[in-house]
Amino acid sequence: MANKIRVATTSLAGCFGCHMSFLDMDERILELAEVVEFDRSPLTDIEHCTRCDIGLIEGGVCNSENVHVLREFRKNCKILVAVGACAINGGLPAMRNFISLEECLSESYLDGIGIENGQIPNDPELPLLLDKVRPIHEVVKIDYFLPGCPPSADVFWKFLTDLIDGREPSLPYELVHYD
Amino acid sequence: MSKTITIDGSTIPFEDGQTIMEAATAASVYIPHLCHHPEYTPHGSCKLCTVKVNGRICSACTFPAIEGQDVLNNTKELTDDRQRITQMLFVEGNHLCPGCEKTGSCQLQAVAYHLNMLDNHFPLFYPKREVDASHPDVMIDHNRCIFCTLCVRASQEKDSKDVFAISGRGINKHLIVNAQSGLLKDTDLEATDHAAHICPTGAILIKRTGYQVPIGERIYDHEQIDQVSLAASGSRPIAALPPSLAVETEHHQHGE
Repeated sequence: MANKIRVATTSLAGCFGCHMSFLDMDERILELAEVVEFDRSPLTDIEHCTRCDIGLIEGGVCNSENVHVLREFRKNCKILVAVGACAINGGLPAMRNFISLEECLSESYLDGIGIENGQIPNDPELPLLLDKVRPIHEVVKIDYFLPGCPPSADVFWKFLTDLIDGREPSLPYELVHYD
Repeated sequence: MSKTITIDGSTIPFEDGQTIMEAATAASVYIPHLCHHPEYTPHGSCKLCTVKVNGRICSACTFPAIEGQDVLNNTKELTDDRQRITQMLFVEGNHLCPGCEKTGSCQLQAVAYHLNMLDNHFPLFYPKREVDASHPDVMIDHNRCIFCTLCVRASQEKDSKDVFAISGRGINKHLIVNAQSGLLKDTDLEATDHAAHICPTGAILIKRTGYQVPIGERIYDHEQIDQVSLAASGSRPIAALPPSLAVETEHHQHGE
């Protein structure tokens, strides 16, 4: 098929659980592959977006690289989707928002149990951490939200098939979960 | 001939002294709510029960039913308003459902599900709030308090104690407990008190009971809150009710 729908995906401050859940659609992914082509995604190893129809973003924004990636997706994707609790409200990583960054880093790399010769990583290649983890709708315009930790495979399936078939995507009660 | 109001065009009977919420519930019409509980004095703070009465916005839980009222409840405009209100409740606190033991039996979450709320819309506040785990059997997680005052009312009206109160105004509003130390362990709260079971969110929890029912098998995982709420008020049967609604059920089993 010449004009497949191009889908890009990424995980920012996420655990890849949403991506795993996406793959949970099992053999339906073959049906999806008939009409969809993956662009930038951990599933393809393509490193940068080209023009895409749909961008799926897992995870919130916790460092400078997350911000760049998110903006790249917004620039290239016609429809940008917040996938999962972390993208929508920061999720588990946002629990560090109540502790100062200095305390977080000290606990992890200097004062934590079992640490010897501790030092806080400062290689220039490492993206700088933001002082707080933020949901992605605070950084770029988001078109759709798929709640869940993670959203079930049925949520991905319902949403993508709605979009592909030209319907306004909607989730029935049994597919809406925040946990 | 009994007096009537109309809700979304349907004629609903009421008795003098009833609020719009009471008349609606008696007629099996669900109006979304969080701070309202049929057994306690109405508070009118959460604004989820916002309805349009003769073209004017009112809280159904506090507004008296009056002959001939034309009430709008289930409209697109009101559902949108209620969704925004619920989103404000979410962003003002720290409601991180995957890490909360109340998930699936939380009324705040259930109302959001019912309204098909998929996002928070507003920027998140991430306010810094404390957890009080000092009491041997009950804990307070202030991150999840929505200031509905149900615990305040339950403690005063049912338990004849005065354990809880709301202090401060506006964004500084917070739940306090009646002890010099400010700690729950120094109050006379007991795990059997109504106030310990009434919280519609995960702010007041009974310790060591959080995972007795597995996630995925909890009440709002399968039932919508409109059905659960109407069942709790006696008009519809349902298998299992969350602890925060059990008080009502017990009352209705014995009382009716």
